[in-house]
Amino acid sequence: MSTQTETRGASTPAAPQEVVTQALVRDVQLPGGAGVMALITMDNGRDHTRPTSFGPGGLAAMDAALTRVTERAAAGEIVAVGLTGKPFFFCAGADLTLAATTRTAQEAEQAGQYGHAVFRRLGELGVPSFAFVNGVALGGGVEVALHCTYRTISGGVPALGLPEVFLGLIPGWGGTYLLPNLVGPAKALEIIIANPLNNSRTISGIEAHRAGIADAIFEPADFLEQSLVWAAAVLTGQIEVRRPEIDRDEAVWEAALAEAKKVADGKVNGVAPAPYEALDLVRLARTADRDAGFAAEDAAIARLILSPEFRSGLYAFNLVNKRAKRPAGAPSRDLARPVTSVGVVGAGLMASQMALLFARRLQVPVVLTDLDQERVDKGVAYVHGEVEKLLAKGRISADAASRLTGLVTGSTDKGAFAGADVVIEAVFERMDVKKQVFAEVEAVVAEDCILMTNTSSLSITEMAADLKNPERVVGFHFFNPVAVMPLVEIVKGERTSDVALATAFAVGAKLKKSCVLVKDAPAFVVNRLLTRFMGEVLAAVDAGTPPEVADTALDPLGLPMTPFTLLQLVGPAVALHTGETLHEAFPERFGTSTFLARIAEAGLPAVWSTAADGKPYLSDQVAALLPAGGTPLTVEQVRSRALEALAEEIGIMLSDGLVVGPEDIDLCMLLGAGWPFHLGGVTPYLDRSGIAERVVGRRFLPQGVASVPA
Amino acid sequence: MPGSLRDVVFVDGVRTPFGKAGEKGLYAQTRADDLVVKCIRELMRRHPQLPPERIDDVAIAATTQIGDQGLTIGRMAALLAGLPKSVPGFAIDRMCAGAMTAVTTTASGIACGAYDVVIAGGVEHMGHHPMGEGVDPNPRIVAERLVDTSALVMGQTAENVHDRYPEITKERCDAYAVASQARLAAAYAAGRIQRDLVPVATRHVEQGWGLATADEPPRPGTRMEDLATLKTPFRPHGRVTAGNAAGLNDGATACLLASADTAAELGLPARMRLVGYAFAGVEPEVMGVGPVPSTEKALARTGLTIDDIGLFEINEAFAVQVLAFLDHFGIKDDDERVNPDGGAIALGHPLASSGVRLMTQLARHFETNPQVRYGLTTMCIGIGMGGSVIWENPNHSDFGKERPAA
Repeated sequence: MSTQTETRGASTPAAPQEVVTQALVRDVQLPGGAGVMALITMDNGRDHTRPTSFGPGGLAAMDAALTRVTERAAAGEIVAVGLTGKPFFFCAGADLTLAATTRTAQEAEQAGQYGHAVFRRLGELGVPSFAFVNGVALGGGVEVALHCTYRTISGGVPALGLPEVFLGLIPGWGGTYLLPNLVGPAKALEIIIANPLNNSRTISGIEAHRAGIADAIFEPADFLEQSLVWAAAVLTGQIEVRRPEIDRDEAVWEAALAEAKKVADGKVNGVAPAPYEALDLVRLARTADRDAGFAAEDAAIARLILSPEFRSGLYAFNLVNKRAKRPAGAPSRDLARPVTSVGVVGAGLMASQMALLFARRLQVPVVLTDLDQERVDKGVAYVHGEVEKLLAKGRISADAASRLTGLVTGSTDKGAFAGADVVIEAVFERMDVKKQVFAEVEAVVAEDCILMTNTSSLSITEMAADLKNPERVVGFHFFNPVAVMPLVEIVKGERTSDVALATAFAVGAKLKKSCVLVKDAPAFVVNRLLTRFMGEVLAAVDAGTPPEVADTALDPLGLPMTPFTLLQLVGPAVALHTGETLHEAFPERFGTSTFLARIAEAGLPAVWSTAADGKPYLSDQVAALLPAGGTPLTVEQVRSRALEALAEEIGIMLSDGLVVGPEDIDLCMLLGAGWPFHLGGVTPYLDRSGIAERVVGRRFLPQGVASVPA
Repeated sequence: MPGSLRDVVFVDGVRTPFGKAGEKGLYAQTRADDLVVKCIRELMRRHPQLPPERIDDVAIAATTQIGDQGLTIGRMAALLAGLPKSVPGFAIDRMCAGAMTAVTTTASGIACGAYDVVIAGGVEHMGHHPMGEGVDPNPRIVAERLVDTSALVMGQTAENVHDRYPEITKERCDAYAVASQARLAAAYAAGRIQRDLVPVATRHVEQGWGLATADEPPRPGTRMEDLATLKTPFRPHGRVTAGNAAGLNDGATACLLASADTAAELGLPARMRLVGYAFAGVEPEVMGVGPVPSTEKALARTGLTIDDIGLFEINEAFAVQVLAFLDHFGIKDDDERVNPDGGAIALGHPLASSGVRLMTQLARHFETNPQVRYGLTTMCIGIGMGGSVIWENPNHSDFGKERPAA
């Protein structure tokens, strides 16, 4: 037996950490006397928490199974081959943890070639093949189905997609060739490029069927049975599968490609290579034969898999999907207090948005308070209005709407907080005001009520200092808009207790937010870094750099928006306030900008005005505010100053122990500032561009974490 | 509410292939409730003219109503099958006659005007729920000798029936069993069984997905000499063996019942008309004799005699219990009218599901035997009962004339 094991070990290139997906084959008697089908189940032997994926071992298992069924097809023992997945999962595609270990272009190309070599056999068996897409199908999981002759899909499939471009890859096991040739270029590009770049959007089984990816759709209750009945009818000629003819006119393809390129430009601005590789491959798919199409995919994969953008993307993906679920440094979940009622101090827009979110996610009573009845009424009315909108959109039922409406009430008397387990304040951003509010709240709430502050820049420690129970105060910093932005910075003051902290993390998780633990320091992580970065851009303008030069200097990073667009979103007055706070704290690094001060003082909403044709321009009013600096910078100078400033600031934050590690800085930038995956947040980019080494004297992340291993 | 009773018709019945209980069985890793769901969906698929919201109740029987047979299985199966949420459902239990009782109970509801259309059926996954799982017999049963302890072990009750009727020998039982296997094999060869089977996708962690399309228990080609040497597990030197009894099985059944006028309104086939039914109790130690008094009672209540019955579907829990019934009514062991396509000894008896299987097969026999006017479905029931349901054949020339009082 040992010999056998060794032989197998040698011939099966299973990487050590691969959870190998087996290709289990069983014969099924097709209904209606259509004959025997060899039905392959892709199953990694784990439950639904571990989706089936393909690494080298899984591909080898599939290869071996396909060899057997090909022989049996030739021997006339089977009339067809079926392919399906374990319950709820068809297949989640390539095992990317293994892709991250690829070090050479040759290895990468071989991985692509092996996938092609195995999967294409499904279309070359000598008998028809049927993919029965019973559950989630992603990436290579979609591609393996595309190689089959026919496809059915379950109406219960929650997600089907080709997310590769989102991570910095392309669908390289046949997707860019087979999909456009099945559904046409426009739909294919939507799935290959637009959806992944749109927060990795996926489509449902129903949408996939409508798009022509599947030939037939059946309800989940007896999906496989009905798929087999359908397959039998196809095999016996009772059902003829008709697919629309693909228009191969070059102009049609180019129009679709141009449309998709516009989407890619809007998202990554030409910076990340993956979507553009995908565009080229889809263009090729119009004329290329299968061999040429697949070979081009192999070459593209070889380029991309070693690209820093993909390594950063994969790193970012793991942060967002793993680290964000288990926040580093958070105390034990068991310490969290149950939250059965919440108080919100302030009834302004932010406070009202918070009240709505607490009511929706925690499903507990929420009381809003403010100084006068008019503000309270306005705040409550806002929440009730939003609930009405959700109801009108069909997002919630009438019962749920009435429950939510009943949960949110208002009062001018903080005594209404008497029974609250958590009170969060969102009042004016001034220390004396916040201290006053907490003192009043402490007078009415129970001893163990947790007090949270949504401050974006003030000290938690100082805010708690005069309270009887300062350990109950914890920072809970949302980003605007509260309902949309996925990040909450949870701030630990000097005296903040583990119970308060654990409760904050538990509440954050229930709000479906990703939480990062931050020590009490001015402006925490996201605002501090954005302010520092913005400070350099504004300083350049103060020095006489034309605004259009300063504002486009960062374009090569592919950020979600330019610095001045961000300034407009935040509001010049708020940005000025945060800037002043940070200037007071760290005057040597955070300057004050004359230009910003003038814009804020003039009450202007933005640097750029928008012309009738939608193009931005500098109004005379703003132009008049430009400082007459005599030392204008080039774009390169602005960019390197801004990035060096970022690196310096991150280096200081890390050595001050503000967060557990650089991963938390990146998580904050990904989720709080929307910085792109291809930068890995920020530190992978600062490492790979050499800026970290130059400014801080070391890399932030070891080689191999968000880069090709040494 | 109408002042008079309405006619109830059997529209259609289906079942899953029956499997052998246990780790190696067909349904080892398939849920019991999913078996029911497949049956309900097949009924709906076969009768697209039936608006699902017209179903007034879903009665599903199971002997052990926990785990994947719990949670008010009729209601849950209806939801899982995708019937509208407005369709109610319930769980029902009369041991082996669960599905039969689901039919008689809901049929009575139709007759009195509470329902127009119902789904009735049953399930037993004896692999997941071995007989007696979780039971807690009252200690008074032993203390007061209310029932002999053998009454709770069905094989022992069958041995007790042998004691009561010494003329029913092991050889007669084995011969009956051989015939049951042969009749089923012939029916399979002619394609008569398959047409009412619902294929079931069966998932297995180590083997992947398969498809159940045929019964697993049958042993075609069984001969007397194969059975002669089998062990008698219930009693040393006893007579009851695995060969002359039904096995331990997994499976589900379901049927559509409707009032005759609703069936006509919706264009649903009326394949049998319910004439009447009865249940009767006997000593639990000899539960196998139950069909005798229940049939006598059903005949008496419908004004029929045993001679009016042209076809019998009697459940074969044990050959001895069938032979006791046949002896009582003076019917030969190999009478062609009795279980013409074989029975549970060959194809299995997933307890609470079997009643509807009997009816589904009788409905098929009615189609090919228009000369037969009345048929009987009957079964013995654990803890000492029998159940009998008499049906009329709509294909008979006298159908609808001079009906006996229901």
